[in-house]
Amino acid sequence: MTSHTPPVLEARGIVKRFGHVEALRGADFTVGQGEVVALMGDNGAGKSTLVKALSGVLQPDGGTILIQGEEVHFHNPVEAREHGVETVYQDLALADTLNPTANLFLGRELRRKGVLGRLGVLDNRAMRTKAAEVFATLNVTVRADHGAVGNLSGGQRQGVAVSRAVTWAHRVLFLDEPTAALGVQQTRNVLDMVRKVRDRGVSVVIISHSVPEVLEVADRIEVFRLGRRVAVLQAATTSALDVVAAITGAGDTTPEGADL
Amino acid sequence: MNTTVRDRWTAVRSHPTTSMLVVLLGILLCFSLLSPEAFPTPGNARSILSDAAILLVVAIGATYVIITAGIDLSVGSVLVFSSVVGAQTMERLGTGPVAIGLGLLVSVLAGAAWGALNGILVAKAQVPAFVVTLGTLGAAYGAALILTDGVDVRAVPPALVEFGSGRVLGIPTLVLTAAAVAIVAGLALSATVFGRHTYAIGANPESARRAGINVERHLIAVYAVAGLLAGLAGFMSLARYGTTTIAGQATVNLQAITAVVIGGTSLFGGSGWVLGTAIGVFIPIVLRNGFIVQGVAPYWQYIAVGSVLILAVYVDQRRRSRRLG
Repeated sequence: MTSHTPPVLEARGIVKRFGHVEALRGADFTVGQGEVVALMGDNGAGKSTLVKALSGVLQPDGGTILIQGEEVHFHNPVEAREHGVETVYQDLALADTLNPTANLFLGRELRRKGVLGRLGVLDNRAMRTKAAEVFATLNVTVRADHGAVGNLSGGQRQGVAVSRAVTWAHRVLFLDEPTAALGVQQTRNVLDMVRKVRDRGVSVVIISHSVPEVLEVADRIEVFRLGRRVAVLQAATTSALDVVAAITGAGDTTPEGADL
Repeated sequence: MNTTVRDRWTAVRSHPTTSMLVVLLGILLCFSLLSPEAFPTPGNARSILSDAAILLVVAIGATYVIITAGIDLSVGSVLVFSSVVGAQTMERLGTGPVAIGLGLLVSVLAGAAWGALNGILVAKAQVPAFVVTLGTLGAAYGAALILTDGVDVRAVPPALVEFGSGRVLGIPTLVLTAAAVAIVAGLALSATVFGRHTYAIGANPESARRAGINVERHLIAVYAVAGLLAGLAGFMSLARYGTTTIAGQATVNLQAITAVVIGGTSLFGGSGWVLGTAIGVFIPIVLRNGFIVQGVAPYWQYIAVGSVLILAVYVDQRRRSRRLG
């Protein structure tokens, strides 16, 4: 991130209330071009709420969201996606009875050319080819013409969900605890995927509770506590203990948000 | 390529519709062997096909609705209402082709309107489909009774009845009509964006919404299609019987749902097949026809169909729990 290009995504002073509960109290958040940012914090710190606000699922009660320096308002997830912001939710949001290709293109189906296309006829071959390409690039061990995704393993389902988001994200990809339900090897695969996505020039925001995982894959770590950003750490120069201290507030000898 | 062919074959073999096709062919074979002179004849085949035609059109609409994990109990009443307003339109306008055309239009639009009402209540007001369509089941039937004072409209143009009993290349016209509807609806379901979204909503409405699909609008369209097809079926029944059949359609909804479920469409939504529904329509009708030809009391049909229905759902549940577990 150089100082003269605006960050690809920036949130300033985001406020979100649920009744009397203030889930976000003036939260800031920054994602630079081609960066992997880890969003960390204890349960209830406001991580998921922030992701929902930045991906159009929730509308914030205050604050501004900027995409490459331009202020935007996302009224729904579709508008966020039109700006190249994609999210993989914890529940993956797959249609279990449809195959991997159908899931990859859900809501953005390719149509045949000409009259048939105008009648809404699907171009299954083109979608299958493209899906196979995406799965191969991301090392997802799923065949495009495999049966219903409900029959796939947890790792494969994760792979389909990430592939879908990657296919359409051209600015920012949010991953909400992508490795929480996965084994060691599958976690490896997801982290590899994160790097591949970054190498394509797409910024990645990964929510995670695993400090080693985050230190391995992220460029920067933004730590949240009680609905606010409380620390920004450079992964390369940060130890696991520093991260834990920032999350729990144990290291609050450094003034809050000193390097912001 | 070889593996793909084998996969396809495995998919076809394990598909719930395939087992029901085997059951249907088995039943046909049994009756053919038991009464080789009376059962496997062109005349009897026409009779079976004609009995199936109207129910098939209704059941295709039910297939769409059930794939969205919904249900439509109102189709029988909507069929009656549509046939009543269609018949009354023709009664006023005469017996010419214009009157018949307008009668058809009125029937189909009336059906679509009831369906759209179902869809709006299900999608926008979020009332469970079971309750909404139970309500419109009563309302559409009541409206038909009010319009007719409970007396069937018998003034159906002779030309329409002639069409209804006519044949093209030996095949009854109503059967051809139903077949055309089945082909169009089957292709729309399997090969178009509309069909794909229908499956997606049934599988997981929340993920469909997040994928940018307008779930509410799509559900309204699906229920409207089901109503429209019930309206068309109402007009077809005018062509077949030459009169409205106000009291005769009380179990059409259950027959349609039975056919859809026997045909392998899951009540849980997200999967189903128009071809399966066609098979599901034929199993009860062939059983009844075969029992009659055999001289067995046709009432056995109900017991046989009930058993097949429960078996079909049992198999579907087993399949699902294996997938999720």
